[in-house]
Amino acid sequence: MSTATHDATHGHGDAHGHDDHAHAHKPTGAMRWIGSTNHKDIGTMYLWFSFTMFLVGGAMAMIIRAELFQPGLQIVRPEFFNSMTTYHGLIMVFGAIMPAFVGFANWLIPMQIGAPDMAFPRMNNLSFWLLPPAALLLIAAQFAPGGGAGVGWTMYAPLTTQAGPAMDLTIFAVHILGMSSIMGSINIITTILNMRAPGMTLMKMPLFCWTWLITAYLLVASMPVLAGAVTMTLTDRHFGTSFFNAAGGGDPVLYQHIFWFFGHPEVYIIAIPAFGVISQVIPAFSRKPLFGYASMVYATASIAILSFMVWAHHMYTVGMPVEAQLFFMYATTLIAIPTGVKVFNWVATMWKGSLTFETPMLFALGFLFLFTLGGFTGLVLSITPVDVQIHDTYYVVAHFHYVMVAGALFSAFAGIYFWLPKWTGRMYDETLGKWHFWLSLIFFNVTFFVQHFLGLAGMPRRVPDYALQFAEFNAISSVGAFGFGLSQLLFLYVVLKCITSGPKAEQKQWEGADSIEWTHLPSPAPYHSFATPPVLK
Amino acid sequence: MNPGQTENANWRMFARLSVLALLMFGFGFAMVPYYKKFCEVTGITNLLQPNAKQSEITNSQVDKSRWVTLEFDANTHGMPWQFAPLQRSVRVHPGEMTQVEFQIKNNGSGALVGQAIPSYGPKQGAAFVKKLECFCFRQQALAAGETRRMPVQLVIDPALPANVNTLTLSYTFFEVPAADVKKSSAAGAANGKAG
Ligand code: HEM
Ligand SMILES: [Cu+2]
Repeated sequence: MSTATHDATHGHGDAHGHDDHAHAHKPTGAMRWIGSTNHKDIGTMYLWFSFTMFLVGGAMAMIIRAELFQPGLQIVRPEFFNSMTTYHGLIMVFGAIMPAFVGFANWLIPMQIGAPDMAFPRMNNLSFWLLPPAALLLIAAQFAPGGGAGVGWTMYAPLTTQAGPAMDLTIFAVHILGMSSIMGSINIITTILNMRAPGMTLMKMPLFCWTWLITAYLLVASMPVLAGAVTMTLTDRHFGTSFFNAAGGGDPVLYQHIFWFFGHPEVYIIAIPAFGVISQVIPAFSRKPLFGYASMVYATASIAILSFMVWAHHMYTVGMPVEAQLFFMYATTLIAIPTGVKVFNWVATMWKGSLTFETPMLFALGFLFLFTLGGFTGLVLSITPVDVQIHDTYYVVAHFHYVMVAGALFSAFAGIYFWLPKWTGRMYDETLGKWHFWLSLIFFNVTFFVQHFLGLAGMPRRVPDYALQFAEFNAISSVGAFGFGLSQLLFLYVVLKCITSGPKAEQKQWEGADSIEWTHLPSPAPYHSFATPPVLK
Repeated sequence: MNPGQTENANWRMFARLSVLALLMFGFGFAMVPYYKKFCEVTGITNLLQPNAKQSEITNSQVDKSRWVTLEFDANTHGMPWQFAPLQRSVRVHPGEMTQVEFQIKNNGSGALVGQAIPSYGPKQGAAFVKKLECFCFRQQALAAGETRRMPVQLVIDPALPANVNTLTLSYTFFEVPAADVKKSSAAGAANGKAG
């Protein structure tokens, strides 16, 4: 994430071949970033963009939790509340979590497979620069006539076909985000399949690269389906089609099928790169190679394939035939098997290892416990008769925050603390990092654990007001949320302190880290690395 | 591979993956006809249409083990109205919904408003006749020579004592003095909507 250290290590000698920087001097100032085709610059921009969106989406969550602190309507109007839940979800998913892991991919994949850069550096630049306009559209939607579209991040018809102009801005933003993701994914697949250094066979790749290869295929296969769904919404709104309009022969339930055909793979698009980061961090701090590497690859691939066959577990209550409910229930519970394989492999990696508990490892362990808990509640939800009871309650909200916040977000924190020394050449403050972990862990659970109880007691999601018996748990959850939000400012401080004044990091900062960015490249990694492929045994 | 070869291979890969993305975009739209067909074949779209199964729906409140005979009687009190039930009696199970009809005709030379007053035999039976709709809920206004058919919808409460097998429901029409004529019911009756 450093900007200052690049120049010092930028040598002309290694800048030849097909790299776009080959002939020009590196521009300075804003142009350096706007025009950059360097995978490290682009990775840095993705990560900062992601963190900015995390703060914007987080501010929206604070508004939601402030309103829900007490029963009754105190702070915002219900329409605005609905808009907040909608854009909080969209911004966290498409603006914070996904770009964070694309940022990791950009920084790490070329360095881990011994490639000089991504396969298509210019397209890489475009992929990133599509994101800020999309984010601005989502924010601008708040100021459209009638306010933001309070339709939920799932954007179900017929609400969306009737919503105000904000919906059009939102649809356009989703189109742009989709294009960015698809281009990014094509870049990643091509880089991994075509640009590995000699000797770096697929089955020798660090697991992080494997998880991104699989995720990128998921993205190429599922993002276009979402683009199709929102395109249909758009033509229903303005061009007289009736895809989802019952009066014209369409069916709003069809929207849900198309959306969740994208939507379930999407949750694995978020989770699988997180698995990849954890699979790097746990072996490093256990000082043992990853247990069951091959089974990890196969488990990830089978999760990806299965994820296309379970979408209707989000739709048990739409009136499906019982046979279909049974099919989707069994298919969903099946996913627990490869996921279990992964969890057991991580645990087995730690078995008899010489463990140390630096911040990345703490976040990885937090991930391991809490993601697994989220997986358990997912299993509960996969059971049709149970889900019919707790669908669209706070139980669901608790479930997906365990997998997305304690899962994906904790994994991103683990990855950032783990690779910061390699990226910036400086060490972060270990004490403050540990504070960030413990505060996040505690406040996360205060926020979301009680939401299980709220859901089981019947509190519906996406409501600005609620019955009195839910008051205590909601107050607790809101206090937790404010604490969680504040703790993330500490994270910002730790990162800035590391970049500006952290002590110098070593090439192999972590004793147990063994992928080639640690063994073959100095810290910070030079601006151009592996211009000539490394020699791998 | 030298850099040139890699570049070619990369663009081939780019083309292949773009085609995959386009195909998946098309797949989203292909789900539209596919979904229609699927619902047709599995009969899901018929959910809202009446089908064989729906006529089998039974009312568990009906006491099939008993029959009760309902007899009807109609009188007028000092009015030139001809008033009669269209069926003398019906046999029903307690708990079962029944509809019967009565007819009135104004044989007088002017418009008149009447109110029907029910009575029951045996008298205790009154508590067990649950009327959902009755012409006696309203005043009836009839022009000279006008005829009207009027339904009564009722259910016999299954709690009806076991020794009661026959119930008589009797109505008598009384003339309503001009001062007591209710605007709404008279108007309702006049346009023939009142039951
Ligand atoms: C400070 C951390 C966070 C807090 C306090 C928080 C709180 C909330 C709240 C209160 C809701 C609304 C529940 C409702 O009524 O529907 C919500 C929804 C949601 N959150 Fe979070 N959240 C946080 C972080 C995240 C992150 C990091 C993600 C992304 C991975 C995320 C994804 C979602 C999604 C997808 C929804 C559903 C939106 C909808 O259905 O309309 N959240 N969150
Ligand atoms: Cu799902």
